[in-house]
Amino acid sequence: MNKISFTIEEGEVFGFLGPNGAGKTTAMRMIQCVSPLSSGRLEVMGMDVATRHREIKSLMGVVPQENNLDGDFTVYENLLVYARYFDIPRPEAEKRATELLDFVHLLEKRDVMTETLSGGMKRRLVLARALINRPRLLILDEPTVGLDPQARHLIWDKLRGLKKRGVTIVLTSHYLDEVEKLCDRLVVMDYGRILVHGSPAGVIRDFIGSDILEAENHPRLLECLRQREANYEIIGDMVHIYVDNARELSEYLLMECSLSKISARPATLEDVFLKLTGRRLRE
Amino acid sequence: MKLADHFRIPGVSTRAIKVWQRNKDVFMKDIKLNFLPPFLEPLLYLMALGFGLGKFVESIDGIAYAEFIAPALIAVSVMYASFFECSYSSYVRMYYQKTFDAIVATPLTIEDVIAGELLWGATRSMINAIVMIPVIALFGLIDIRYSLLIIPFAFLGGLLFAAIGMCFTAVTPNIMSLNYPVLLFITPMFLFSGTFFPLSALPLPIQYFAIAFLPLTHIVNVIRSLSFGILEASLLFDIIWVLFVSVLLIVLSINLMRKRLVI
Repeated sequence: MNKISFTIEEGEVFGFLGPNGAGKTTAMRMIQCVSPLSSGRLEVMGMDVATRHREIKSLMGVVPQENNLDGDFTVYENLLVYARYFDIPRPEAEKRATELLDFVHLLEKRDVMTETLSGGMKRRLVLARALINRPRLLILDEPTVGLDPQARHLIWDKLRGLKKRGVTIVLTSHYLDEVEKLCDRLVVMDYGRILVHGSPAGVIRDFIGSDILEAENHPRLLECLRQREANYEIIGDMVHIYVDNARELSEYLLMECSLSKISARPATLEDVFLKLTGRRLRE
Repeated sequence: MKLADHFRIPGVSTRAIKVWQRNKDVFMKDIKLNFLPPFLEPLLYLMALGFGLGKFVESIDGIAYAEFIAPALIAVSVMYASFFECSYSSYVRMYYQKTFDAIVATPLTIEDVIAGELLWGATRSMINAIVMIPVIALFGLIDIRYSLLIIPFAFLGGLLFAAIGMCFTAVTPNIMSLNYPVLLFITPMFLFSGTFFPLSALPLPIQYFAIAFLPLTHIVNVIRSLSFGILEASLLFDIIWVLFVSVLLIVLSINLMRKRLVI
């Protein structure tokens, strides 16, 4: 982690993006008050993480990257035991546990041991567990990793519902469509630094433009592009051309450069991500 | 981490009790199975060693062999219960089940978690003593006068072995490596701490070694005296030794675990 600085507004959904090893999880662990800061200052909900970690944690819910449900207990007991760590009285804990199991559609699994749950069910239960203390701030590290589309949509739906209720949400994800859909603002990190910050649409506009043309790599095409002084990138045997007006350029290329195959699509966060952090494999 | 940092007093809150409750709740789920070993083991040992082997052993200082080993069985059980709870079982909760990670996301700190684990380890030792005392009393092998004092002492001794187990858990690279302290430390203690024969049968240097470095020696000494109905001043030395080393190792184990888990 290298001198990063960020502010998250109350009530927004904020995303940390970056390749593996970029420092996202470390940043999240610092917000969760489990990793100490070597220097600098971090306030969560107006409280210093170094001194008021218990208070912060009592107002925060965490969905970790790895499901760490308590395998010694049933689904329902997992919520009750977790509620006890927050000093929630037993009757209140029972009420909330039932409500939350209903919220994540796990009521019928109430009395089964957690290891028998499917991946999607486990993830939903971890989400329910993170909500047992009615957190003001919810932290999610890769909330939908390994889930089928149905389960992902259900989680997204629940997160939007929580946002509506005023919960601030901080998440990391490698699914950039997920980030684009959910996040109000985001940062892209790499090598422990923040490379960019802004809204998904703003970041795309600033770094790519609105559209991308994809065409096969051909010497004549590159010549044409150089003449037009277009912003392009060669990726293997494909060329990505970053443009604001896709139609104009594609017509030009088809007419003037007699290209046969060219396709246009809107630019996505994934394009920004790859442009900023490169295409080299990490770890 | 400097040496002094290993012995800095950790900030533990009363929330540690919630970790103890968690482990107690799991224990209660299998209560019948969990009560069986402390009930059955003394019976088996007493039959095989006390009444079997004991037939060929002269009385020790005027005490029948079965009567001599009966309190040692409690002491050994105190050692095993908390050592295994805070070594293998804690390691499973820490590494495989990620239970500690889940708990430190709540208002509890890692110091609270480890303190709760140690308290629970000590409680298991105490539970074993509570189950074993009446079983042994049934054979008339225990003087009932001070026998109830064994129970709180089992908790203290349990804390000591819980802390020893937790220190190894904090430094072990994997679960298999926990076999080393069992083989090189726990098993020799089981045999050479005045358990099945008096310490005085050993060469003098080894006796001193046992008193200085084998904690079980002191546990056996105290429990044996109490079960013989003897309450003498010399026990204070054993109790102070156990107290001092317990405090030292509890502090050390919490700091070592913090070092392992806080990254």
